[in-house]
Amino acid sequence: MAAQPHGLIATFENVSDLMHAAEKVRDAGYKFWDCITPFPVHGLDRAMGVKRSHVPRFSLAGGITGFCTGMSMIWFMNAFDYPLVVGGKPYFSPMFAFPVSYELTILFTAFATIGGMFIMNRLPMHYHPVLKYDKIHRGLDDLFFIVIESRDPRFNSAGTKSLLEKIGGKEITELEA
Amino acid sequence: MAHVAQSGAGTAPAILDEVKPAVLPRAVLVSNNRSFSWITEKICGIIEGRTPAWWWVAFCVALFVASFTVAGITYLVATGVGVWGHANPVNWAWDIVNFVFWIGIGHAGTLISAILCLLRQKWRTSINRAAEAMTIFAVVCAGIFPVFHVGRVWFAWYLFPIPTANGVWQNFRSPLEWDVFAVSTYGTVSVLFWYVGLIPDLAVLRDRFTVAGNRVKAFLYGLFAMGWRGSNRHWSNYEMAYLILAGVSTPLVLSVHTIVSFDFAVSLIPGWHTTIFPPYFVAGAIFSGFGMVLTLMLPLRSIYKLEDLITQYHIDCMCKITLATGTMVGYAYAMEFFIAWYGSNPYEGFTFINRAFGPYAWAYWIMITCNVITPQFFWFKKVRQNTTLVWVLSIFVNVGMWFERFVIIVTSLARDFLPSSWGYYSPSIVEIFTFFGTFGVFSVLFLLFIRFLPVMPMAELKAVTPQADPHANHEEFTGHGDPVVERGHA
Repeated sequence: MAAQPHGLIATFENVSDLMHAAEKVRDAGYKFWDCITPFPVHGLDRAMGVKRSHVPRFSLAGGITGFCTGMSMIWFMNAFDYPLVVGGKPYFSPMFAFPVSYELTILFTAFATIGGMFIMNRLPMHYHPVLKYDKIHRGLDDLFFIVIESRDPRFNSAGTKSLLEKIGGKEITELEA
Repeated sequence: MAHVAQSGAGTAPAILDEVKPAVLPRAVLVSNNRSFSWITEKICGIIEGRTPAWWWVAFCVALFVASFTVAGITYLVATGVGVWGHANPVNWAWDIVNFVFWIGIGHAGTLISAILCLLRQKWRTSINRAAEAMTIFAVVCAGIFPVFHVGRVWFAWYLFPIPTANGVWQNFRSPLEWDVFAVSTYGTVSVLFWYVGLIPDLAVLRDRFTVAGNRVKAFLYGLFAMGWRGSNRHWSNYEMAYLILAGVSTPLVLSVHTIVSFDFAVSLIPGWHTTIFPPYFVAGAIFSGFGMVLTLMLPLRSIYKLEDLITQYHIDCMCKITLATGTMVGYAYAMEFFIAWYGSNPYEGFTFINRAFGPYAWAYWIMITCNVITPQFFWFKKVRQNTTLVWVLSIFVNVGMWFERFVIIVTSLARDFLPSSWGYYSPSIVEIFTFFGTFGVFSVLFLLFIRFLPVMPMAELKAVTPQADPHANHEEFTGHGDPVVERGHA
């Protein structure tokens, strides 16, 4: 049994062609498709209909966790578990606990942001059908690709291929799964 | 301006038709209209080409210099912290001077990568990778000094809140403990930020080595590229993550040097106990860091012929920031004197007169010359266009900022409240060797960086070229102004 291909990949030579093509794929109602670009293209998210990223939610959660960790850690250590009088200062005060809590806020936010980015992107994923395309290295260099995946309900080899041709895609190739 | 006629709500004032505002062309960020693949070839070519002879020479010299730090540290660990020259009353000296010096240098890297990112200064793209590398390596060099100054370095982990059998916890009322968290957070976040920026470029290298058939390198670069494939759905999350990292790094970089200045400002020593320290230290840090960025980038630019990517416009921008921060530092010096007089505290007044005319006056005037006078040359376009002169001036900035920390730390301790506890500090040979060697440590790391990692963020450079603008091919589009004139406005 011939395996179902991963999808179709089409090449575009410049940003504006890609942009217009992306708008048309979006308007054709595809859901499982993607653009491969060597750099973040300004405005392509809107052309593709990609919604605002959810990474900030991870960041916010990380930041709050970090601040609470800092404050409670310092209270626990200096005021609860082993209180020591130092310079007649209080065992706990949010004032002196602030700098460390502030740094931990930033530290945890950074980790959560990067973790969130990896989770949202489902990375690391060292093997992906797109990476098997023999010209994929050009997609990180100077060319632009549109990939329409076969799991999309609107996908059918002939129809999708003619759409990609119509919107100006060149070298339309089937990607093996 | 009430008499200016408005031609209608929401439109430009009618006067604009009469005066015809001049079209100000934006500076081109990648000159000679280079293509995307030219950028890839140029940056990857540095890594893929043979190791140049100068690199090996520089690397061996750097290793030799770094061995001084290794020797100095080994001798210190084997003998005791007394091999450094500080003793009563100057119990903090070169160790903390060098620590603050190196941390300060790192700050320009974060400023370029984070603050300029938030301010949408697109010229940052060609220098941010190298500047962030500089930050990380500077933090490594900075960390050596406090870690070994604790004396029994094998107990340095006591600085971190790790449960131990004796049950005593760290004292979070001390700015020194804040510093532990500030610097370790700074180092960690700088590495993370740098790494996130590297991911797309590592993927480029992975693919290029795969095509070239070098499986080992393709595997190693690929491992760290995390399977990046340039997907726009990924870019969307990636750009958001990058923006947030820039957003948190900005308060981070300001807080780190603020907390470093708390090491002094929270104490009671005259000359340290001042509220101007946090902003003054941050301005000084950025000033010294830009000095170091110029010191590193100008040779890199000429060795690798990167003039199309680091243009005169970039050098102008860096010089102007050096000038601005250097002038702020000069203002802070003047303000310290003013407040010492205005505050009528005899100890404070004495400290400042002693700085300028006391036993360490030589250091004070080196500091003033290098930090206040040197950057003023950057007012002149002719100076900024003379790359050699800019490089020489950047060295003066580095020297001056080292002396600033020396002046603040040593003069205040050498002449405090009681004349009976006055002293004069000179460094020991071990201290001099250890500090000298850190330049080797830094250079070794930086040379490895330029040999094995892309020195500029290729993806970001491509994004600021004119052809990255989706509207560039459509003359009828005038939404953001003339697309031909507004080059680099992606």
